[in-house]
Amino acid sequence: MNQFERFALQIRLQTCRMLKSRGFGHLGGAMSLVEVLAVLYGGVLNIDPTNPSWEHRDYFVLSKGHGGPSYYAALALKGYFDVSLLPTINANGTSIPSHPDRLKTIGVDATTGSLGQGISVAVGIAKAFTMDRKQNRVYTLVGDGECNEGQVWEAMQFAAHHQLSNLIIFIDENHKQLDGTTKDINNPFDLALKAESFGLFTQRVDGSDCLAIVSAIQKAKASSTASCIVLDTIKGQGLPYFETLADNHHIRFEKDSLFQLEKAIEVLELQLSEVQSHG
Amino acid sequence: MVKRASVQTNKEMRAVYSETLYELMKTNPDIVVMDADLVSASGSGKLFKEYPDRCINMGISEANMMGAAAGMSLVGKIPFVHTFTPFATRRVYDQVYLSGAYQKANVRIFGSDPGFWASHNGGTHTSVEDVALMRAIPTMTVLAPADASAMKWVVEETSKHYGMFYIRAGRKSTPDIYDASQSFELGKAIVVQDGEDGVIFSMGEMIYEALLASESLKKSHQLSIAVVDMFSLKPLDEACVIHMVKDKKFVIVAENHSVIGGLGSAVAQVMAALGNCPPLRQVGIQDHFGEVGTVDYLQEKFKLKSTDIIESVMDVIQNID
Repeated sequence: MNQFERFALQIRLQTCRMLKSRGFGHLGGAMSLVEVLAVLYGGVLNIDPTNPSWEHRDYFVLSKGHGGPSYYAALALKGYFDVSLLPTINANGTSIPSHPDRLKTIGVDATTGSLGQGISVAVGIAKAFTMDRKQNRVYTLVGDGECNEGQVWEAMQFAAHHQLSNLIIFIDENHKQLDGTTKDINNPFDLALKAESFGLFTQRVDGSDCLAIVSAIQKAKASSTASCIVLDTIKGQGLPYFETLADNHHIRFEKDSLFQLEKAIEVLELQLSEVQSHG
Repeated sequence: MVKRASVQTNKEMRAVYSETLYELMKTNPDIVVMDADLVSASGSGKLFKEYPDRCINMGISEANMMGAAAGMSLVGKIPFVHTFTPFATRRVYDQVYLSGAYQKANVRIFGSDPGFWASHNGGTHTSVEDVALMRAIPTMTVLAPADASAMKWVVEETSKHYGMFYIRAGRKSTPDIYDASQSFELGKAIVVQDGEDGVIFSMGEMIYEALLASESLKKSHQLSIAVVDMFSLKPLDEACVIHMVKDKKFVIVAENHSVIGGLGSAVAQVMAALGNCPPLRQVGIQDHFGEVGTVDYLQEKFKLKSTDIIESVMDVIQNID
C-alpha cells in the first residue's frame, strides 16, 4: 500500500467516525472524493499546515461543498486543526459546518455549498495568480451532479479562454446525484468529451486509483492550458454496503445503516492496523 | 456642509466611472476592471486599452463574473465589476450573496441604468428592485450617487475599503448637484437644502427632481421644504432621518425604484421605530414592471417627475388639514 492509499484509508475512517458521532450526513459524495483528497493533501499541494495563510501556497476549492466531511478529515489529519474537532461537524456553533466556510475553518480556502459557484471562485483565484505571474497552483473539485449548473460551464469556458495552466479542475463523476443517477435525472453525456471540447486539456482516470490520479496531475501540470481530470468514482466509494445503497447522498444512520457504518469503521480500523503493523 | 454646483458640466456618469478608475489604476496595481460584454456601454474602453492586463471582458456570463471577482479579491485584487442593473443584482443574487458577501470577499459592483434609465432596452432590462435586494444582503454597502462629483467620490472611496459594495447609477449625465469640492462621507446623508415645513429624502437622479419640486412649492405655496441626499442607502444615516423629520409637517421619499424595499422602506423603518412622526408619502415605482420608451416618457409613466413630487406634497398637506 502506497502513502496515498494509506492516507485515503485514514481520511475514510475519520469521515465515517465523524458521521457516526453526528448521526447523519453527506456520506456518499464525501466518500467518492477521498482518494483525490489523499493525493492532494498527501503530497501534491504545496502547502504548510503550520502556516495556513502562507502566500505561496496552492489553493484548493471544494466546489461540491457537500463533500465537506472528508475534506475536514483530510485537513485535520494534515494538522490544520485537531482531529478531536471532527465529531463537532454540524453541531450548534461548530467551526466545521456541513459545507466549507473559509471564515470558520482553518485551511479552507473558499466558502462553497451553493453548487456551481466554487469553480468560478477558483478560476478567479487562478486568473489573479497568472496576472501577477505567481507560481501558486489552484485545484478545484466539482461534482458530476453539480455540472447540471450552467455556471460550471461558464467557468470552464473562462478557464480555457484564459489558458489557466495553473488550474486543474477535477470532476468527481460518481454517477449519482441527490435524487438518483445523473443519467436518469439530467443526462450529462460524456463529461470528458464536453470538457475537451471546451478547450481544456482533459483526462479521465479511475478515481479510486491514487497513483492514476497522481500521474494525471503530473501530465496536467505540464499542460499549457487549463486542465480537467474526470475522476470515475462510485458514490459511497470504499464502503461496499453504501456503494450499493440507492439513497446514499445524505444518510441518517439508524438500524441497518448504523450497523453497516459501524461495521465499515471496524473494517477500516483493521485495514489500517494491518498496514501499520507492516510498517 | 453642502457646496452646490455653480456650473453644469454635463458629464456622463460612465465617463466619470472610467476616468476615475483610470487615475486610480495609475497608482493602484491591484485594481481589476471586469465587464460582461458591456465595455462599450460602460465607457470603460479606455481602461481596457490602457490597462489590458488588468481589465477582463468576462463575456456574457455574469454569474461567473461575480464568482471570479470574489475569487480574485481573496488573493489581493480589488475588482470593479460592471453590468446593467438587473444582471448585476437579481440575475446573480446568490453569487453576490454567497461567493461575495457571505465569504467576506472584496468586490465593487456597478449596476448601471436602474429604473427608468433602462429606456429603450425595455422591461427585460429594467430593475426596480435592486436596492431592495442588495440592501437585504448582510454587510453589503449600497450607494446611489446623485451626480458626477458623487460618482467620482464613490469610485475613489470604495477602492480604499475592503468589503462588498453596490453602486447604482445611470450611465448618462445627470444635472450637477454638487461642486467638485463637495466632500462626502460613507453613512452620512447630505442636506442639500434645508427647510422647515417638510422634508424630501431622495437619492441619485431624483435629487434634482426633488430640488425642482421644493423650489416650485416655495414660489407657489410659500412652503419651505428640505431636500436630503441619502446616497448612502446602506449604511443609512438614521440620525439624519431622525433629525430631519423632527417638527416637520410631512415627509416625502422620492426614488427611481420600487416603493417596496427601497429608500422609502428604509426611511419608514427608522420613522416607525421613532414613533410620533409626520405622515410619509412615497414617490416611486408603484409595484409594476418597466417597458420601452425614452427616459422622459418612462419618468412620466412611473410618475417620477418633480410635478409628481409636488402632487404628493399637495396631497399630504390636504390630508393634514
